[in-house]
Amino acid sequence: MYYLKRILALVPLLLVISFLAFALVRVAPGGPFDRERAPASPEVERALKEKYRLDQPLWKQYVLYLGDLARGDLGPSMKYRHHSVNDIIRQALPATLVLGGLSFGFALGFGIPLGFATAARKGQWVDYGGSLLALIGICVPAFVIGPLLVMGFAIKLQWFPVALWDSPLNVVLPTLALGLFYSGRIARLMREGMLGVLNEPYIMTARSKGLTERAVLFKHALRPAVLPVISYAGPMLADLLTGSFVIENLFQIPGIGVFMVNSSLNKDYTMIVGLVLLYAALLLVLNLIVDFLYSRLDPQVKFE
Amino acid sequence: MWAARGFPNLPGVRPRLHTLLASCLVGALLCAGGCGGRDEPADLIIVNGAEPESLDPQIVSGQPEMRVVSSLFEGLTRFNARTGDPEPALASHWELSPDGLVYTFHLRTNLTWSTGEPITAGDFAWSWLRVLKPATAADYAALLFYLKNAEEFHLGQLADEQAVGVRALDDHTLRVELVSPTAFFLSLCAFPPLAVVPPDVVGRHGDQWIRTQPLKTSGAYTLEFWRINDRIRLRRNLRYWDNANTQNDLVDLLPITSATTALNLYLNGQADIVWDKNLVPVHLTDALRGRPDFHTFDYLGSYFVRFNVTRKPFDDTRVRKAFAMAIDRQRIVERVTRGGEKPAATLVPLSTANYLPAEGLQHDPAEARRLFAEAGFPGGRGFPAVSYLLNAGTSGSADEKVAVELQAMWRDVLGVEVSLRPMEWKTYLATMSTLDYDLCRSSWIADYNDPNTFLDMFLSNSGNNRTGWKDARYDEIIRRANATVELQPRAEIFREAETYLLREVALIGPIYSYAGFNYYDPEKIAGIHPNPIDQHPISAIQRLRR
Repeated sequence: MYYLKRILALVPLLLVISFLAFALVRVAPGGPFDRERAPASPEVERALKEKYRLDQPLWKQYVLYLGDLARGDLGPSMKYRHHSVNDIIRQALPATLVLGGLSFGFALGFGIPLGFATAARKGQWVDYGGSLLALIGICVPAFVIGPLLVMGFAIKLQWFPVALWDSPLNVVLPTLALGLFYSGRIARLMREGMLGVLNEPYIMTARSKGLTERAVLFKHALRPAVLPVISYAGPMLADLLTGSFVIENLFQIPGIGVFMVNSSLNKDYTMIVGLVLLYAALLLVLNLIVDFLYSRLDPQVKFE
Repeated sequence: MWAARGFPNLPGVRPRLHTLLASCLVGALLCAGGCGGRDEPADLIIVNGAEPESLDPQIVSGQPEMRVVSSLFEGLTRFNARTGDPEPALASHWELSPDGLVYTFHLRTNLTWSTGEPITAGDFAWSWLRVLKPATAADYAALLFYLKNAEEFHLGQLADEQAVGVRALDDHTLRVELVSPTAFFLSLCAFPPLAVVPPDVVGRHGDQWIRTQPLKTSGAYTLEFWRINDRIRLRRNLRYWDNANTQNDLVDLLPITSATTALNLYLNGQADIVWDKNLVPVHLTDALRGRPDFHTFDYLGSYFVRFNVTRKPFDDTRVRKAFAMAIDRQRIVERVTRGGEKPAATLVPLSTANYLPAEGLQHDPAEARRLFAEAGFPGGRGFPAVSYLLNAGTSGSADEKVAVELQAMWRDVLGVEVSLRPMEWKTYLATMSTLDYDLCRSSWIADYNDPNTFLDMFLSNSGNNRTGWKDARYDEIIRRANATVELQPRAEIFREAETYLLREVALIGPIYSYAGFNYYDPEKIAGIHPNPIDQHPISAIQRLRR
């Protein structure tokens, strides 16, 4: 029941978001049809505005947009005249999903064990080395890591292609470049979570009962320690699944992240609103899933 | 130790966390396998710059679009691969009436669309009228205003299509009537907006016609596929009239805007040719310029400063002159741009055809200071705060570097502090068009190889004027030039117009003319020739070896 209510609440929330995005892009200076070369005549501009309904009052544009939206139509792109927003998302989303999914897997698969190990071996070389690694992942931005990976593994060693998206080998370097930051964040969260839990009285109880260190760590500490990771994983996945401009640009990946940035620069109104909605919907749904997982992992958390 | 034990011992958490992790990984890997391309390898892979906004020849206006589109759709003429001059294409020959007003084009008799139907003169007339219809929203509709009654038709002042100066006399003959003699008309005919498009397909599918498969084309290639932001693949059109001379079968064009990525792909052999002027990593220009596979050439583009004459203090000619004369162009091309650009005191680049260079204002700090004092600002005293509008970010930092350099020159010579006002591209354009600036970074690329493409920008009624300057005398000189058939006297009249614009009015401060560039290995690739309009027909490019 609770989750049903939450799901129903998504609809008005998305409506508000869509209206804000819809209105804000139109308020910003510059428009989709401002070009270096002025249109041949005011007639051309008028025809374009009419075609994309920009000649109508804002409220009417929005109402018409909602009508289309109700049918699942995000409208035509104002920059790429022969493509609809749906069409572009359909073409670009798969690459982003693959890259985002792999990076997500990498971030968890690398970050959780790293955080776990650094906490379990606190104050030893594993901790210092691992924490340094996590810190580097967080601090060095993708636009530095990416080119370094390309230089090392693609240009020097020639193990992987430098860019493009046409063989499974193409996914390796972008996954690393994108995932390292997130795995660093995860490792830190995991380490903090573990250290917090290991100070709890019940851990002392467990130890005093004579349980092995392994049992203490895995059986009693891990489950509550992973909760901060879970709550971060939702927004992280939403981030990853809507693409990264830097990585997609650097590795020439035909994903959606490039459109996220370029549509704003191009004042491609329909594209911006469509992508904002996509991102918002993903974020809201994933947060819902996080809450659900939370209630399952932590008996103290109950939503009513 | 922890790694060896791993997660399998986890009670409770194990199923959920693991299922989540595992399903993510497996799903992603499956997709990754699925997205693996099984496309056959192309003969040529070209890095082409930005993703094309459109491939409809009559709508496109950018260079990355035009390079693709001109391989798909051809006009009466086409650009010669070597010189960039117009040569017979779908029209095999033509006659021009002695008064220079009527062209009669004769189409080749063996022309067919890539799908087999004949291409007729009627298709041409239909295509050109389509460009003129406002509903098509063609950026380049004005290129056809040289046709009789075309502008009136476009503006809706004339409804009768028959009155427009293009008519099919029969299936193979097209009669074109001009408003005045137009020296560059054959160049216009080679320009994508004047290419022929299939009337039946456009009629049936409207705006979406370009996405129909198989696409009915008239040029050297057909469109194999167009995957947005991934690649465009062209395949040889076996029904093209000049198919015998097409040098390759399958060509991939990559939409790449990162200069570093383009260079990496090229150096690693994943791309054969890089040919967008924005794709030289600025910090590597010096290192790249010495390489045998890096080719630069003069390119018909001009970089200059606009003055807003509707605002004080730039309504004063002396102030504009002082600002223009304070610019040390040599220093800018040598210290900032460094890509082979030529310092220019004129708006029209020196390598333009039918052109006699005008006398622009030279770099002269002493005279600049004198004029500035005469205008009431000795040593910059009393000069109001002004700003220099420029585009920020995307197209690289060269614009910013030039701006800083200009700022320093104006400070040193005139004693004024000009603030910089960077804006992102679309906002910059809107701000320039609404004349909300004092000084403005400007550029212009030629549409065809003739001075008119630069000089008609500042006609009173031109949408590209963007200075607020309207001058009947200038309009009259340009009109007189374009009414002149003989090329020599015509060039002299243009020189008069440009000298007036630069010396007397000082409407702009020219800085340099562009350098074009591309990189490819001349031992592997042949058929790309430097020419001032940067036209390199793909069908002429040949791979010598892998």
